[in-house]
Amino acid sequence: MHAIEKLLAKKAGKSSVKTGEIINCEVDMAGINDLYLQTLRSFFEMGGKRVHDPSRVIMFLDHYAPASTITQAANQKQFREFCWDQGIDLLMDIDQGVCHQVLADKGLAYPGEIVVITDSHTTTHGAFGAFGTGVGATDLAIILATGKLWFRVPEIIKINFEGKLPKGVYAKDAILHAIGELGADYAVYKAVEFAGSMLTHLSISERMALCNMSTEMGAKTSYIQPDVITMAFLKEKVTRPYEIYHTDEDFEYAAEVTFDVSKLTPQLAAPSSVDNVYDVSQFIGRHIDQAYLGSCTGGRAEDIGIAAKILSGKKVAPRTRFVIVPASKGVLLEAMEKGYVQTLVEAGATFVTPGCAACLGTHEGMIASGETCITTTNRNFPGRMGDTKAEIFLGSPAAVAAAALMGEIVDPRDYI
Amino acid sequence: MQKVLNGNTYVFGNNIDTDQIYPGRFVEFTDVEDVAKYAMFGADPDFTKKVKKGDFIVAGTNFGCGSSREHAAITLKAVGVGAIIAESFARIFYRNAINLGLPLIVCPNIAKMIQTGDSLTLDLHSGKIKNEKGLIATAEPMSEYVLNILESGGIKPLIKQQLEAQNNV
Repeated sequence: MHAIEKLLAKKAGKSSVKTGEIINCEVDMAGINDLYLQTLRSFFEMGGKRVHDPSRVIMFLDHYAPASTITQAANQKQFREFCWDQGIDLLMDIDQGVCHQVLADKGLAYPGEIVVITDSHTTTHGAFGAFGTGVGATDLAIILATGKLWFRVPEIIKINFEGKLPKGVYAKDAILHAIGELGADYAVYKAVEFAGSMLTHLSISERMALCNMSTEMGAKTSYIQPDVITMAFLKEKVTRPYEIYHTDEDFEYAAEVTFDVSKLTPQLAAPSSVDNVYDVSQFIGRHIDQAYLGSCTGGRAEDIGIAAKILSGKKVAPRTRFVIVPASKGVLLEAMEKGYVQTLVEAGATFVTPGCAACLGTHEGMIASGETCITTTNRNFPGRMGDTKAEIFLGSPAAVAAAALMGEIVDPRDYI
Repeated sequence: MQKVLNGNTYVFGNNIDTDQIYPGRFVEFTDVEDVAKYAMFGADPDFTKKVKKGDFIVAGTNFGCGSSREHAAITLKAVGVGAIIAESFARIFYRNAINLGLPLIVCPNIAKMIQTGDSLTLDLHSGKIKNEKGLIATAEPMSEYVLNILESGGIKPLIKQQLEAQNNV
């Protein structure tokens, strides 16, 4: 069996599972975010009265942090009251940041865990050897009511990244390249394991970006076998006991693909789908109205550090805005401590509250019709960050910061 | 649940994401009457004016990709879409729609066979899809697990029964 299958079997109380089987698993951590008041409605519509286990529920007020409309404020109020009524202590209010980063910061993402959140990018937690998957409001309400959820045991695909990333090229470029080659629906319903020698040089921050973006090829979950890098991170953060599973040597993957990243160039996903990927050279000179660095994909301290290095002592281009959204409070504190915030604000960047912000086109950095944005986020669908006639390019933090500096798309390797 | 459905079709392409089905800026609305106003707004802002109860959406691959927002399934059910027939569906959208009792039918190449405005008959059990001239395609069979949820009118009544049974033990 694969490590993922062993994990699922354990949580379903079975000795083994097979692909395609439908199993009912105990969920270790169920997260709700503030977009989905429907979760609470579905809970009550199903006759729910008390949450099955409040200690395994976490509430994130991240997508609308802080509320910018009366409706958002009213929704957040109901979430807070629900937590207080139900004894849910893990209420992550508007100061905390994006759910996935908050889980990592607080040591709540760890090997062997099943973590289910009402957020499609819950695949991020594969970076810790957890089984993370996104669901809708009603599925999450079922976990609130019963502590369990049904899953179909997925086929598992292995994607190997071999070689060391060249300077100025990042995990974001590697995963965009893979999605461009394989397609936005390559891994629908399937689990994706990332492996290969690239990972031996890859920080937790970059691994999270990789696993996060597996959602954009349709993956149900992703997985990186925990190693020394994982263990060093967990040692600092995680106090709970956890179990690391290993894949049997004779396990047969549904598919295996290998990419050589040793000569990879910076990549961009062009409007308006994540698999519309080209070499950055195709778009050099394209005017940028807004550069945006943030989100659960590309808003970590390392990412902000790359931008600070590129913009240190310089200014954002006059006809360009540079919006920076730290993924979490922990990220913001680290960016302040390391002086990145000072550098970037002096350079003309605009910092907004840790959270999801304009990544999903709700507030804090929306873009107008006819504008072009380059961003470290995860989706460039029509209307994703504002008007449907705005254009969005996805790239690495260096590609975004270099574009903010020059006011147009440039090759970030020239600015590192 | 009605086993044989009839309706007119609206055809969309590949990778229709949840931002096109229900744009992010409207996610703060939670009452179904409000959610119903923006169905397919990002792909066709006039869709809600045209769609009639029982109509089908036909699409290419990966329909519903993107966000986990249940609004995308809620809005299509609320405007009366009878079923969605696509070449494939994104996973979270699939679960959300089935949980609500909105039938999703997987049928290879369907988007290439049908044009907006075509009138179709869909048999949910046999998967047979017919137009005025006769059988045009047979969809992939739904799993028993999924059929059971649909026939129960969505997952909420099933969980409700389960919770009531536990409370009565």
